[in-house]
Amino acid sequence: MSLTNYLVLASLLFAIGASTVLLRRNAIVVFMGVELMLNATNLLLVTFARMHGDLSGQVIAFFVMVVAAAEVVIGLAIIVQIFRTRRSASVDDVNLLKS
Amino acid sequence: MTGGFTAPQIDWAQLAPIIIVLGAGVVGVLVEAFVPRGVRRNVQLALTLLASAGALIAVAALWSGVRETGGTSVVGGSILLDGPALVIQGVVAALTLIALLVVADRTETGESAFAPAAAAVPGSDYEQLARRAGLEQTEVFPLIMFAAGGMMIFPAAGDLLTMFVALEVLSLPLYLLSGLARRRRLLSQEAAMKYFLLGAFASAFFLFGVGLLYGFAGSVRLDAIAEATTTVVGLDPLMLAGVAMLLVGLLFKIGAVPFHSWTPDVYQGAPTPITGFMAACTKAAAFGALLRVVYVVVPSIVWDLRPALWAVVILTMAVGTLVALVQTDVKRILAYSAIAHTGFILTGVVALTSSGITSVLFYVLAYGAASIGIFAIVTLVREVGPDGVVLGEATHLSQWTGLGRSNPWLAVTFSLFLLSFAGIPLTAGFIAKFTAFSAAVEGGATPLAIAGAVASAIAVFFYVRIIVLMFFTDAPRAGDRTGAEVTVVKSEGLTTVAIALTALLTVLLGVFPSPVLDLMAQAAKFIP
Repeated sequence: MSLTNYLVLASLLFAIGASTVLLRRNAIVVFMGVELMLNATNLLLVTFARMHGDLSGQVIAFFVMVVAAAEVVIGLAIIVQIFRTRRSASVDDVNLLKS
Repeated sequence: MTGGFTAPQIDWAQLAPIIIVLGAGVVGVLVEAFVPRGVRRNVQLALTLLASAGALIAVAALWSGVRETGGTSVVGGSILLDGPALVIQGVVAALTLIALLVVADRTETGESAFAPAAAAVPGSDYEQLARRAGLEQTEVFPLIMFAAGGMMIFPAAGDLLTMFVALEVLSLPLYLLSGLARRRRLLSQEAAMKYFLLGAFASAFFLFGVGLLYGFAGSVRLDAIAEATTTVVGLDPLMLAGVAMLLVGLLFKIGAVPFHSWTPDVYQGAPTPITGFMAACTKAAAFGALLRVVYVVVPSIVWDLRPALWAVVILTMAVGTLVALVQTDVKRILAYSAIAHTGFILTGVVALTSSGITSVLFYVLAYGAASIGIFAIVTLVREVGPDGVVLGEATHLSQWTGLGRSNPWLAVTFSLFLLSFAGIPLTAGFIAKFTAFSAAVEGGATPLAIAGAVASAIAVFFYVRIIVLMFFTDAPRAGDRTGAEVTVVKSEGLTTVAIALTALLTVLLGVFPSPVLDLMAQAAKFIP
């Protein structure tokens, strides 16, 4: 199977993640969209590493996993805190800050 | 695939500023664990102040070496310590030092700007208990150190992986810090969530851009990508998409239109000392990184990107200025003014001349100093409850009427910063704008300079409106005031020191700018 297919798949996953962020209302789901985007990028990096016969793409994918894990910690802390305060994790309910 | 790994030679001395700051963050976490609560705040404060002063000294010590050699590449080229990187590191260290004073300050009654227990639900019994017990969230100090460490790596990153990690290291603590305000905690938490979701979204774009550029060039080193833009043929769409997505991530961090929507909300909701820190230091670091990407990677493809960059610059100046005109909240006005300033600094970036680099370096220092000072003043103007208890900040514009009569010194300093933002001669803001616009003219971007001048002229209106409000409008008498009473709270004095320092810097950079400008002109050269 051609490696290009993986690139197409990565782009599709990235697009799905981005649409999730833009369209869904629940903060947790929005956040999952971001995670999907990061993982799509991992696939992209690993595929390109294979194409170039170069290891650095795979190493970057490991770094991305670590960063994504750190981001989950911070993100869930913030979202859970909001949920405990408002009993809702919808991004539409969070609208006190307006001009 | 090739095997074998050679460990890079690491010149630790070159990394001293970064190591000092990040080391202080790590030690700060240990302090949280092992030092008794009573002295924890003082230990943290001393540690972080010493660390940022130490980083500043380390930058000064590295300066002559960098000036002679033009810069060195450290850690196998992952960190490039050249003139612009070192200047930004110095600016970040100095501004962090001043911002820390504002962050650490407390009112006379011992209230800091941060929630006593950030995990407590606002309005709950537990929060009341924590408040009464005098708890303090001293984790803000190590968090600030980590953010500052990321900000010092960001402009010095020699490859896109380092740049991405630095971006996250500087962003993650800031997301948390924005949610820690003592007053108006719902707004603060909301700001944290918006900043986090949008920031993570932008980082994902940045990262996908890194992936595309890696596919294009077979390396994430900036010099290798720059070389590939001239040698690799037939993959232009990949490269352009990669650079565009990379720029989305960077433009988000500096708050350029159309990636600015987080700025007003986060600036308003975050604890005001953190807003000042964020406005000054994040902007400096992100502009450092943006400069490196634009000056090292983009030059050979500048004709493809020019229309888009120009559109971003003009939109940023226009939206920032025009929307600020109709705002009624002081912090929101300053946030939109920050967006407008992003546009002004960007004119220096897209100039693509060496004087453009100088102007950006000078501008982030001048703007950063003034914004820390101005947000420090905002922390002092408070509402008073009916029983005389000092409440949150009085940020509505109408509450600032007559402040010039009751607190002339405060109002005069506030006006000084506003005039600097407006770019009135004899303030740092004038020199900064002048160098940025003349760099734009020199670099063939005259329309941007003209648009910038027009936007500055419009912006004068809302800056002067605040000054008029403070000095020449009668304060409503106690009886017919609709909102709460307003007072200027007495603090432990650290904020006053910070305001004095930033005001001094604003005047000095405005009256004697040449030594600093010369210094930055010597530094204005990237090593590939």
